[in-house]
Amino acid sequence: MPAKKTAKKADIKDLVIRVCVGTGGLAAGSQEVMDEFGSQLKSHGIKAEIVKKCVNKTGCRGFCAKDVLADVILNDKSETYQLLTPEMVSRIVEEHIVNGSPVKEWLVGPEYHAFHDKQTKILLKQCGHIDPEDIDAYIKIGGYEGARKIFSLEPSEVIEEIRASGLRGRGGAGFLTGLKWELCSKAEGSPKYIICNADEGDPGAFMDRSVIEGNPHSVIEGMVIGGYAIGANYGYVYIRAEYPLAIQRLKIAISDARKKGFLGENIFKTKFDFDIKIKEGAGAFICGEETALIASIEGKRGMPRAKPPFPAHKGLWGKPTVINNVETLSTLPTIITQGAKWFSSIGTEKSKGTKVFAITGKIKNTGLIEVPMGMSLREIVYDIGGGCEKNCALKAVQTGGPSGGCIPASHIDMPVDYESLMAIGSMMGSGGMVVMDDTTCMVDMAKFFLSFTQNESCGKCTPCRIGTKRMLEILTRITNGKGREGDIELLLELGNSIKLTSLCGLGMSAPNPVLSTIRFFRDEYEAHIRDGICPAAVCKALRIYTVSVELCKMCGKCFKACPSAAIAWEKKQPAKIDKGKCIKCGACYEACPFNAIL
Amino acid sequence: MPQPVLKGESMTDKRCEEVLEKHQKEKGNIISLLQNIQEVFGYIPEDTVFWFSRELNIPASSFYGVATFYAQFYLKPRGKNIITACCGTACHVKGSGPIINKIREELKLPEGETTSKDGKFTVESVACVGACSIAPVFIGNKKVFGKMTIEKASEMLKGIDKGKGA
Amino acid sequence: MKHARLMQYCSEYWEEALSENKIKITINGIETLCDRDDTILKVAKKIGVKIPHLCNDKRLEPYGGCRLCIVEVKGVPRPLPACTTPATENMEIITDNDSIRKLRANLIELLLSNHPNDCMRCERTGDCKLQNLSYEYGVDGSRFEGEKWDLPIREDNPFISYEPNKCILCGRCTRICNEVVMAGTIELTGRGFNSMPDTAFKKPRTLENCEFCGQCVSTCPTGALTDRKGRGKGRSYDLKKIKTTCSYCGTGCNFYLNVRDGKVVKVTSDTDAPVNQGNLCIKGRYGYDFIHSEDRIKTPLIKIGDKFVEAAWDEALDLIAEKFSSLMKKHGNESVGAFSSSRCTNEENFLLSKFVRTVFRSNNVDNCARV
Repeated sequence: MPAKKTAKKADIKDLVIRVCVGTGGLAAGSQEVMDEFGSQLKSHGIKAEIVKKCVNKTGCRGFCAKDVLADVILNDKSETYQLLTPEMVSRIVEEHIVNGSPVKEWLVGPEYHAFHDKQTKILLKQCGHIDPEDIDAYIKIGGYEGARKIFSLEPSEVIEEIRASGLRGRGGAGFLTGLKWELCSKAEGSPKYIICNADEGDPGAFMDRSVIEGNPHSVIEGMVIGGYAIGANYGYVYIRAEYPLAIQRLKIAISDARKKGFLGENIFKTKFDFDIKIKEGAGAFICGEETALIASIEGKRGMPRAKPPFPAHKGLWGKPTVINNVETLSTLPTIITQGAKWFSSIGTEKSKGTKVFAITGKIKNTGLIEVPMGMSLREIVYDIGGGCEKNCALKAVQTGGPSGGCIPASHIDMPVDYESLMAIGSMMGSGGMVVMDDTTCMVDMAKFFLSFTQNESCGKCTPCRIGTKRMLEILTRITNGKGREGDIELLLELGNSIKLTSLCGLGMSAPNPVLSTIRFFRDEYEAHIRDGICPAAVCKALRIYTVSVELCKMCGKCFKACPSAAIAWEKKQPAKIDKGKCIKCGACYEACPFNAIL
Repeated sequence: MPQPVLKGESMTDKRCEEVLEKHQKEKGNIISLLQNIQEVFGYIPEDTVFWFSRELNIPASSFYGVATFYAQFYLKPRGKNIITACCGTACHVKGSGPIINKIREELKLPEGETTSKDGKFTVESVACVGACSIAPVFIGNKKVFGKMTIEKASEMLKGIDKGKGA
Repeated sequence: MKHARLMQYCSEYWEEALSENKIKITINGIETLCDRDDTILKVAKKIGVKIPHLCNDKRLEPYGGCRLCIVEVKGVPRPLPACTTPATENMEIITDNDSIRKLRANLIELLLSNHPNDCMRCERTGDCKLQNLSYEYGVDGSRFEGEKWDLPIREDNPFISYEPNKCILCGRCTRICNEVVMAGTIELTGRGFNSMPDTAFKKPRTLENCEFCGQCVSTCPTGALTDRKGRGKGRSYDLKKIKTTCSYCGTGCNFYLNVRDGKVVKVTSDTDAPVNQGNLCIKGRYGYDFIHSEDRIKTPLIKIGDKFVEAAWDEALDLIAEKFSSLMKKHGNESVGAFSSSRCTNEENFLLSKFVRTVFRSNNVDNCARV
């Protein structure tokens, strides 16, 4: 379609190109796309300064399924492209920027807007819109106003404000942030510490990473607010070493904040000193647990200890310490600037504000979303997530990662908040949400999560160290077709016992995926054990491979691939599988070019 | 308590001293010290542990206890190229398992080994790297490879071997 | 008069009891007063209520690893470990009921599911806390088959045998090594199911990394760590335990000599000993070979020519007295002195110093303990 009006280069008054460079974006090639935009613009004679200025990098905007995403904002009119590759750039520059007509077939579709429209963004509002490596960009949108504002208040007033907002810790247990602060501020001992827990380790959850990558200053500002409120002059960010980009951006942000006088001595020209240190984790999921995290910062083996004493009384180096999660901290500046009343108007009676979820699994729109507490699971999965991939039937949604449980499709209308999730045997956790359809085997899923926690158990207490191992062995036996009568009861007994006797949150919640899948999908377990069938056809050992005589082209590839001589085949004869000899390795299935192995 | 002295490896000694100097600010923090050692040596050589134990008067067992607790530390030399497989939920669901097997097969890694015989490759798995939307995810020498397939894995290996990094 | 004193005593008692630090708690229906920071386990022990535990040793900081000491606390939805939970005002505790027993039984089963269960040939049989609990709760590990440790026994040093397969990860050995001895020989290594106490890089214990105090052996609740010298020489019930004071130095540590057929086969700790609370050093715990040594000198020896000849005590003492007297007569009191052994007790040292100053009238007295 020819453009109606051909724009000349002179018409480009204002041009901004924003390319998403989160970890997801970078992996999809956003750096290359960015570079290509730069060189293409240059070759079209658009001045280098403009190029440098207008090609912006931004943090993750959540919709990673369509990466690389880029906005082209020409003379205040914004268009968003999806699934970009460097090869596509020259056409965009030519047609859109030079000639003024966007390349329609590459623009985002309605699902992009549906994905964003239903969300309420507080935390992720700026992610994907500002340059995370530019402190001025953050200041321009009102950043550090919250921190500035608190210095006109007494610390106790700040705590009261956060208490009134009803903000609860976003790291998992959902403890009231204001209450935690109050306990710590009243605790005896000095110095006090505030720690940002960025040891996000739940498989399938990456909101902390995205927030730090996309808007690191909001976390720093949150820590300044918290530090002032509890009277801490030192802050630590404990962050996973697996997040190199987040660490790098945080380092830049901290040094920029120091230069501006927002960190260091007499910050914001007050008498308050506050500085932040980054501590890189060394690869242990258990260090997300408060006391283990403290041990790890102290340079020890990250093993949890008994509470009480709580960190608010005896934390880092035995001093009063507050540990808040990334999401909690980066919510604080907005609460301070907009007020507790505004914040508490969002969400439900007991769960205030918004929550970020990472939706993954068998869902169309994977990515990061932020919704008000109490939104129904249906809205999240269908309206925002776009429903199941390939339009399969939804089976269950797993929330809370390895500590959470499964919510069956029949409960799809339940509201998502702390209490409702607890009631159904799951939990908020850090906000991972894995969507499963009828091709997911629930026993296999439970096994996966348990193998994760079992692998990450620190080994200190008996139930978690040996109990999760034994549960995993029973599950493995079931998925291998060697389950026995009584195994389900044994899993229930052991699971409940581990929940009650474990030392820390990891062990207490480790059996949840198993217990909740038994609760809602007991028939699947029974099918594995009694009938030797995996209803979702996932468990390899329970598959019975057969050859479809109609589809078989008698090529003999399966015969050659079989490692156990279970396939009989002669030229011009369809192959046959001897069930007795078959070891169910799936090699024939992989080898068949005609999908004739069923 | 006397500890075995570093045997005639003046190079090692010198590098240790540099690490020690850098480390003096954070006295006694075993984790950051081990991170520094690994940065310099690529792994945690046994004799460096005894060296630091003597210098800092911290029992060698404390170093060993910490080094074996955290997944990040390696007590054996690693390959020149590091392939990291993400073992998060999404990657698992989207079939990272067969790809890992394929990579191990191509590198002829025996059961339980992570580094190939020629020292060129080390294959490891990590907990979720948080890039679930492009699952299955592999990281080859710090570069993220998304939406991996068995075919692409072979290409990735060849590319890295040739030094292109991709 | 008597009545007045009793009244005074009572009022003092109540004053102390009702002072700020004393709180009232109830254990199995028994009301008692305790300090604010006391753990439930400590209070229970004081009033004679038994709570099973494996990872607790009064010489060590509370750990909360084995979870066997779980108790029910009124108003708390989950059982709490008695060893780490501090008592709080008006706490109501039940230490034993069906549900608690069930949970404890599960824990013991789990421990036994990764244990060789070879009690019939184990050194610790009869004195093993795990074995006793298994008997008391009537469980074995057979419901949970699966991976079991299969590691070789380590006898790479003369004193301490280590059978990792019998380790229950209570962490007592590593904690006593680091908290009490501060030797840092062993530490927990690895993570999760594969974590175990070990030396750095699993090196054999030598004098370079280990003091061989055997404190780890003294605290091990199972047969994982045993005294190598005593192995096979009798189990706890075969041995007569004789409490005595260590003869090596003036500290006065107490311990039990374990005797069978008139022979000392090993030394075990007396955790109630006032001086050392069960702690010992290499000499006290392993230096008992001299007792039955053939070279041991049992009578005084007098040197005649270049040979030592056995003599009677009177004979020897007379000779000493005579030589000292003549020396003093000839060269003066300052020419003699005495030097006592560090194996002497305080009382013996005191006596020697008195003797030198009053009988020799000399100030030349010293002790070999020059540390």
